[in-house]
Amino acid sequence: MNAIEKQLQLQLNRRMSYFLTLLIVGLLFIWSISTIHVDSISNNGAKIAKNILVGLLQPDWTLLFNATTGGIPYLLIETMAIAFLGTIVGAFLAIPLAFLSASNIVPKPIAFVVRLLLIIIRTIPAIVYGLLFIRVTGQGPFAGVFTMSLTSIGMLSKLYVDVIEDLDKSVLESMEALGCTLMEKIRFGIWPQLTALFLSIVIYRFDMNLRDATVLGLVGAGGIGAPLIFAMNAYKWSEVGAILVGLILLILMVEYLSNRVRTKLVKG
Amino acid sequence: MQWKLLLPKKIVLPNGKEVLEKRSVMPLIWLLLFILTLLSIRITGFSLEVLRDRIDQFFVIAQQMVPPNWGYVTKLWQPLFDTIKMSLLGSVAGAICALPIAMLAAANITKNKWIAMLSKFILSLLRTLPTLIIALIATFIFGLGTMAGTIAIFLFTIAYVGKLLYEQIENVDMGVFEAMHSMGLSTIQAFRYAIMPQILPNYLSTSLFCFEGNVRYASILGYVGAGGIGLLLNESLGWRSYANVGMILLMLVCTVFIIESTSEYFRKRLM
Repeated sequence: MNAIEKQLQLQLNRRMSYFLTLLIVGLLFIWSISTIHVDSISNNGAKIAKNILVGLLQPDWTLLFNATTGGIPYLLIETMAIAFLGTIVGAFLAIPLAFLSASNIVPKPIAFVVRLLLIIIRTIPAIVYGLLFIRVTGQGPFAGVFTMSLTSIGMLSKLYVDVIEDLDKSVLESMEALGCTLMEKIRFGIWPQLTALFLSIVIYRFDMNLRDATVLGLVGAGGIGAPLIFAMNAYKWSEVGAILVGLILLILMVEYLSNRVRTKLVKG
Repeated sequence: MQWKLLLPKKIVLPNGKEVLEKRSVMPLIWLLLFILTLLSIRITGFSLEVLRDRIDQFFVIAQQMVPPNWGYVTKLWQPLFDTIKMSLLGSVAGAICALPIAMLAAANITKNKWIAMLSKFILSLLRTLPTLIIALIATFIFGLGTMAGTIAIFLFTIAYVGKLLYEQIENVDMGVFEAMHSMGLSTIQAFRYAIMPQILPNYLSTSLFCFEGNVRYASILGYVGAGGIGLLLNESLGWRSYANVGMILLMLVCTVFIIESTSEYFRKRLM
């Protein structure tokens, strides 16, 4: 046996674990196939699909360039405003929660309880929040703002925590050695480390919120979701096509911009 | 280039040398954010007074959710498992289909620029379409039920995993791949032995993460008739039986907690 073969044998045998993983995933896959009921597919599914596609490819251009409050441009601006304000409110609400659930800042039990709370906040569907807030504010974009902010808190604080736990402590130590006060340490030691990364996280979440904003339409919490869903339920596919064109263009634009800004923020 | 608009500050050192200090753009960014916030407040009708006076209304329904209606559990198991199955099937199938699409979209594997561009465009188009809308369209085509939800989750998973995957493939170390290519292996073979081992842990971890999110997403899809526990949630909200809603939420939170902890454990092992 030469040296190469010896080295090869030293390597862990992963075959067994690969096989087991595949087996488990395969079994779960087969188990979940039972959820597919092919018989419920309507016979004219293909025809409906064709109608939808034709409608989507012929968007209603007058609606797309309608400048009144019922037109798509205004609805898109409203959606952006909801997502923007919701993200900002959520970003502020998430900061204390993030510090409270960072295990290098507070004791372990508190961090665990706050993490559990975050999972609960994150899991409750947006529809439920929407209904709760509509009682407070009445129907409209105002309810949407708070729904967005509550649904953003979970992910925002989870990502914040990762940043907080990666804080460079040696800077703080050297500042302490220089005789800095606590406020100075926060202002010049912690703040500069956090702002850029936090901002980048918030921009990312804004991107996601803009995408999720259609959900708000289900409960009447403003934005472009409600007209979109109404148009779909009324089978007005050219209207749906127009709204989707506007929405997709907006999202692609925001995504491009936010990617540029975020790389600039993170890389400096 | 936009930074040049701001004149740098001149500092004269004691030895007479001039040093230029770049101005920070942070104040400008804060100002911009502030203006945008004010505009958004105007558009959305945000008002703190309403919030202060009526915030107690928020807890009226929330209080009715506790204690949850424990007797409702027996009816929940089937839809809950439907939701899990929906997201599992959609995630696994989507993650598998994402691999070839990501290969096509990666500029360093696919030499044809147009194919790569087209695949990237399809991926971003799929990602931009809201999942809820895909589910709604799917219910029109495939009828009400879990099938529509599975399709929506499947498409979303392809888009999400596909994008992260092609970014990873493009950042991979190409040396091994080229060496194998020059030894006469086909592109697929070289991909399998040179690139797969490098991206596999990340690929699996991304797919698991996507699955976690999908479970949460699947619970909403029922709202448009795409099956699962969302259907019952919609029903209970409509009938205002908030104790039942409380029970559904409790079950959802427990399920998501279990799935997240398990998948987080595996993701940590993978990295």
